[in-house]
Amino acid sequence: MVTIKKIKQAFFIALWFMVLTFPIMVIKVNTITDTVVFRWSYLFWNGIGTFFASLTWNYFLHLKENKQKTETSDDIPMVHQLLQNDRFRIPFLIALAVFFLIYPFVFPMYHTSIMISALVYVMLGLGLNIVVGLAGLLDLGYVAFYCVGAYAYALLNLHFGVSFWLALPISAVLGFMFGTLLGYPVLRLRGDYLAIVTLGFGEIIRIIMENWDDFSNGPRGISNIPPPNFFGIDLGQHGSVIYIYFIVIALVLMTIFFVGRLENSRLGRAWIALRDDEVACQAMGIDKVKTKLTAFALGATWASIGGVVFAAKTSYINPMSFTIWESITILCVVVIGGMGSAIGVIAGALVLILLPEYLRAVAEYRMLVFGALQVIVMVFKPDGLIKSVRKTYKFKKVEE
Amino acid sequence: MEPILNVKNLTMTFGGLKALDNVNIAIEKGQIAALIGPNGAGKTTFFNCITGIYEPSKGQVTITPPGKSSQTLKGLKPNQVTERGLARTFQNIRLFQGMTVLENVMIGRHCRMNAGIFGAMIRPKSQKSEEKKATYASYEILEKIGLEKYVNEMAVNLPYGAQRRLEIARALATDPFLLLLDEPAAGMNPQETKELDDLIIWLRDNEDLSILLIEHDMKLVMSLSDRIHVVDYGKKIAEGTPKEVKSNPEVIKAYLGDDSDDA
Ligand SMILES: Nc1ncnc2c1ncn2[C@@H]1O[C@H](COP(=O)(O)OP(=O)(O)O)[C@@H](O)[C@H]1O
Ligand SMILES: [Mg+2]
Repeated sequence: MVTIKKIKQAFFIALWFMVLTFPIMVIKVNTITDTVVFRWSYLFWNGIGTFFASLTWNYFLHLKENKQKTETSDDIPMVHQLLQNDRFRIPFLIALAVFFLIYPFVFPMYHTSIMISALVYVMLGLGLNIVVGLAGLLDLGYVAFYCVGAYAYALLNLHFGVSFWLALPISAVLGFMFGTLLGYPVLRLRGDYLAIVTLGFGEIIRIIMENWDDFSNGPRGISNIPPPNFFGIDLGQHGSVIYIYFIVIALVLMTIFFVGRLENSRLGRAWIALRDDEVACQAMGIDKVKTKLTAFALGATWASIGGVVFAAKTSYINPMSFTIWESITILCVVVIGGMGSAIGVIAGALVLILLPEYLRAVAEYRMLVFGALQVIVMVFKPDGLIKSVRKTYKFKKVEE
Repeated sequence: MEPILNVKNLTMTFGGLKALDNVNIAIEKGQIAALIGPNGAGKTTFFNCITGIYEPSKGQVTITPPGKSSQTLKGLKPNQVTERGLARTFQNIRLFQGMTVLENVMIGRHCRMNAGIFGAMIRPKSQKSEEKKATYASYEILEKIGLEKYVNEMAVNLPYGAQRRLEIARALATDPFLLLLDEPAAGMNPQETKELDDLIIWLRDNEDLSILLIEHDMKLVMSLSDRIHVVDYGKKIAEGTPKEVKSNPEVIKAYLGDDSDDA
């Protein structure tokens, strides 16, 4: 419904926006010719745009409020309903499998390479989902473990010639250890405090890598990291990209498998209990220390495995690949996808990583778009794109 | 016989405030005991002190689980206290909102299960059978409490009275010998209160449980309790059977005075 009141409101919002953005949108200073240009038409379009954006926003808010009145709060997302339906699930899974199988052969190498990045983010997202989505521990330094994995492979290979396949389990163990290491000092922290400390931890790891020249080669990074070895056969550049693609697919499948099992286990339930109510969780007999540490450690394990793949794929890493923005991107994947929801996180990773790659216009404003998306999701779908659904149990009626 | 819970000289201070002042309470096996007192008397604090949520400033808490020897609860964390057989509910409902009703009860089974990271990911036989047992045990508890129709419902969506009962179910799942209920009837209508009354008696008689409850509903307390302990301003002022407590002048002055017609 568009009322006069809403139109008036939109008008004033537009006016205010025109004033607010005047300095950046209208005035343009050319420092070379020392001239100032006033781009008045920008002001006009800006106003019109804001006016209609405000109306649209209000319209959707209105729709949402009406919808809430008619629906219960716990409707199951459509994706889950479809997946529970056998007639839909099997063809869907087959189609999905076929798509991912033929993908690298149908599309050029460039696209395969982008898909590999997206799939690595699926792994990272699912790993962080354990920490943030299930255990409710806001971790802003997740990239540190990604960095640990990447450097573990790069350095072990450089100094000891360790192969990709051996590096995978080694860095998984390293990730687990680093996760525990970070977990210990932050055991007592929650919420914002935890976020700040983990953020600091993430930066510390990066800064160490940047400055400890003898160890990590500093900002110059490490190059010539070999791609995974295929029984000693040289696959060529294209071949090895396809090979990595299938390795990542396998790793993603493994992640989905294990994370799904964890979610519905004694441990997974303990994480959720910890997230929902720390006091009640302990009072019900759950060891808080153990539960938190396993969440950190397992989350870190997957980040570390992701790091190995990343290093093998790009063949060159330096500390700049592991900035805070990386952590934030992964967090966006989890939050926008749906906290605690594996399907949501997978969808979130594919959308958030593939979209900017293909919409080049958006790529420059990546963080702006993520921010806007975040706001939109929080307002209209606070549980994320696809919210989590807990397992249902069936019990046979005992015949009397 | 040793009391199953023996609290001696329990004192808890918050800054200058003595929330508990040398409180002595002993609970016998098979008893339904009540802890009553005006608002702010220190009843919830008493629960928090014996369940390890607060560390008491002074005093000893000793338990003697049926068939086992006595042990102190000093310095134990809440989860360790629960492991030793004390389970509680909360005055302000604290269910796990992101989980189903069944999963809430399964959380109670947590401390009686063993599966770790390896068990969860690899799912060996032992883990599978443990998980299955826990699932069925939890379902049975829901049946006992009368919540089985809500099994796969999210805990937040339950009606208020059912949420209170779910808290009891979750506590039962930890296999306690002593159940601590903090105002279980708060906010319930007379019908729900009556059902709760029956449930508590049923639990004592059929589950081999002893129960200590905090309650404001005097009718419920008087009809249920074998023994009543009264606290006021952190001090224990009386103890006895419902009859004795009702006629105790100290209690009438401190607590029943203004609403003795309730009793
Ligand atoms: N964590 C705390 N910090 C400070 N004061 C507290 C704390 N917990 C309880 N108190 C105080 O202790 C007194 C007893 O509280 P409580 O045990 O909750 O009373 P009730 O008998 O109503 O359950 C109150 O005065 C309360 O304000
Ligand atoms: Mg209280």
